[in-house]
Amino acid sequence: MEHYTMNLTLKVWKQKNKNEKGRFETYPVKGISSEMSFLEMFDVLNEQLVAEGKEPIAFDHDCREGICGACSMYINGRAHGPWHNTTTCQLHMRQYKDGDTIVVEPWRANSFPVIKDLVVDRSSFDRIIQAGGYISVNTGNAVDANSLPIEKQKADESFAAAACIGCGACVAACPNASAMLFVSAKVSHLALLPQGDPERKTRAVNMVEQMDKEGFGSCTNIGACEAECPKGISLENIARLNREYIGSVFSGSSDKA
Amino acid sequence: MTLNSKIPAGKLESKWKDYKSTCKLVNPANKRQLEVIVIGTGLAGASAAASLGEMGYKVKTFCFQDSPRRAHSIAAQGGINAAKNYQNDGDSTYRLFYDTIKGGDYRSREGNVYRLAEVSASIIDQCVAQGVPFAREYGGLLSNRSFGGTQVQRTFYAAGQTGQQLLIGAYQALERQVALGNVTQYSRHEMLDIVMVDGKARGIIARDLVTGKLERFFGHAVLLCSGGYGNVFYLSTNAMGSNVTAAWKAHKKGAYFGNPCYTQIHPTCIPVSGDHQSKLTLMSESLRNDGRIWVPKKQGDTRKASDIPEEERDYYLERRYPAFGNLVPRDVASRAAKERCDAGYGVGSSKMAVYLDFAAAIERYGKIEVNKQSIENADAAKIRELGEGVVKEKYGNLFEMYEKITGEDPYKLPMRIYPAVHYTMGGLWVDYELQTNIPGLYALGEANFSDHGANRLGASALMQGLADGYFVVPYTLGNNLADDIRTKAIPIDHPAFVAAEKEVSDRINRLMNIKGKESVESFHKRLGKIMWDKCGMARNEKGLKEAIEEIKALRKEFWGNVFIPGDINEFNPELDKAGRVADFLELGELMCLDALNRNESCGGHFREEYQTEEGEALRDDEHYMYVAAWEYKGDSQYELHKESLDYEVVHPSARSYK
Repeated sequence: MEHYTMNLTLKVWKQKNKNEKGRFETYPVKGISSEMSFLEMFDVLNEQLVAEGKEPIAFDHDCREGICGACSMYINGRAHGPWHNTTTCQLHMRQYKDGDTIVVEPWRANSFPVIKDLVVDRSSFDRIIQAGGYISVNTGNAVDANSLPIEKQKADESFAAAACIGCGACVAACPNASAMLFVSAKVSHLALLPQGDPERKTRAVNMVEQMDKEGFGSCTNIGACEAECPKGISLENIARLNREYIGSVFSGSSDKA
Repeated sequence: MTLNSKIPAGKLESKWKDYKSTCKLVNPANKRQLEVIVIGTGLAGASAAASLGEMGYKVKTFCFQDSPRRAHSIAAQGGINAAKNYQNDGDSTYRLFYDTIKGGDYRSREGNVYRLAEVSASIIDQCVAQGVPFAREYGGLLSNRSFGGTQVQRTFYAAGQTGQQLLIGAYQALERQVALGNVTQYSRHEMLDIVMVDGKARGIIARDLVTGKLERFFGHAVLLCSGGYGNVFYLSTNAMGSNVTAAWKAHKKGAYFGNPCYTQIHPTCIPVSGDHQSKLTLMSESLRNDGRIWVPKKQGDTRKASDIPEEERDYYLERRYPAFGNLVPRDVASRAAKERCDAGYGVGSSKMAVYLDFAAAIERYGKIEVNKQSIENADAAKIRELGEGVVKEKYGNLFEMYEKITGEDPYKLPMRIYPAVHYTMGGLWVDYELQTNIPGLYALGEANFSDHGANRLGASALMQGLADGYFVVPYTLGNNLADDIRTKAIPIDHPAFVAAEKEVSDRINRLMNIKGKESVESFHKRLGKIMWDKCGMARNEKGLKEAIEEIKALRKEFWGNVFIPGDINEFNPELDKAGRVADFLELGELMCLDALNRNESCGGHFREEYQTEEGEALRDDEHYMYVAAWEYKGDSQYELHKESLDYEVVHPSARSYK
């Protein structure tokens, strides 16, 4: 593969904290290698800013392997940028060419308040999991793992839903800022397994209720969440969540319904 | 102070059973009065916090990430070992124990390792009960694969995302306890010191990373589950935020640091592409089940891989180690790759890489599929297509990751790989109860030194983290807290808290007031280069002595010339990082000191002066069969304490994988 270097113009959202108003700032960056990752390009920019005695741009990132779910940039109008099934940290600069302008914003959603610059508060996702995103089993009570065979297809489907990294791209991509893909992925992961069966009705209802309480918007079947999800979480999960939810509300077996 | 490992008396296989049957218990009413602080929410921290919450303790968890779910255990790819013998291939608790002891080059404790092997099976049961979606066979039963250093299939996995699935399982159990009010969770908080009252760990000072404010927290006990310190090398497979700070603060308060020089260099990582590189990405060891490692037989061969005929390729692991082939342990595989590259046989533009090739596996799987599907007269393209499908199902996400990073298609071209820093076997010294030499202070998971000796086997980190958190500390903590039931919560205006907070605050002010010229990042890179060049895959006396002086000088420069923008009382990642790098600048020196002291080669610690004629590690059991536990005595002052390792069951011998 041919490598090259490029000069770019970045327009980045700067916001001191959640109470102050933000604005776009323009930064030229020079000598970016096509082999760098998108975040390494930000490292270069930040080093440049520090060298000038300025404050660098704050952004969330940690594993840089596409699995922790920390990175969260809205790049030229797309959550995690233009590559399919890719987190920001795995987007590489060979996507861009010399002279390009790139606009970078934080996730925009009322339920994800900005902490600083590109960093947002996603603790609402933790609270949704607390509302029921688990199987109630204490340590030390489990039976032998192979005493419960699970159909491979079901196990694979469950795994596909469990691949969600909780990054929030689905919320950022949705015009309604709905968290349905995130919630449905967890409900599906657990509902598809026999271990998750006893609590499946209360789980769906309680998680949806918490999602509403956090102020996420409603789902109107636009599908932007699926298109931008870095882990390819399918819209089928939302359909399944709807069935689980309606089923538990109308069967009257949910303690909340 | 003599080190007491507190290994229970009795036969190896009954030690843990006896301990569990006789250890002291805390009744439910008293548990509600006892507070436990857990630092870090990876596999060890989340599993410990969830289990202790379930038992009724009042738990507080702390993580620097924005959610406990992001701890770096999430990135573990390949799998988790357990002695289930589901494959009927001769596995047993003893065999897992033996493989781990041998894999660690006879530098770990028999009692600890046997317990680890013993509880391994329960981990799988627990995780399945929680809904961890492990890979399964068509019959619905769990699937296994092989990992390095073993001849059985005992590794359970969830594609290449095993760590993620296990961590999400532990995280969900943790969040359930948060919802029940048994655990209070503090995210974006970093522990900056231990608070000691009457010689015991009784709390911490933490910094809220959003507001920058320092906060005080009391606990009857403090559990450090803060991971390893591989980022001392700057480039490693660790997450950007992974750091030694919590463990180092404990060390400076008196906790001994065990075997700091034992570092694992993982053989299969994507090679460095340039100076901009911020981290290295692992390609799971599970790939060595099917990938064959080779270099050209001719030095400096510039032909493309596909143009090099079979007979001109050197499958050097298969050649040197026929019994284990491509599945030798990590330290052995890494050194062999370095040896070939140093000798001029490396590939790629940097020549610091070897090939990991799936062509043979794709063909083999393709032929099996053709048979399965009864396809007649399948041509090479069809076989290839079917074979690629099988490989994709096994390793799809890893192949995708490789392609995103390098821009090359590993289904068509062999992967280029090179060793990179991955894991640290060293860590805080702990006894059998996972307690450090400071009463009330525990260390779990990668943060402690205990179970992997001088080299960790693949798929054993996840096993150890969860063993410590789910199955060991719930017993051992109770045994000690049973004596603490009359201790009331200590108010956080106690002078010890005030003094500890002042110490932390003074240090932060000192850092901010340097107002120098060089960035934190730049100092970190410079430290990493010293460590990699002189305390990396191969070490020698001269280099280590130089490194110690260079690190001292660099540390001095850091404290005189680092520049940290922004303010203290705000979200300031540069300041967070400065504190961590300052600690790495001290740890690096101790690692070199430990490596210099250990005049032998064992596991991941390879001293060039001590090798066999064939270039294998040469141990010195007579003089170095001990855990080196270092006590902090002041700036650059460390005192060595030795815990001798007594083998009662296994007879240490030269480790051979030939």
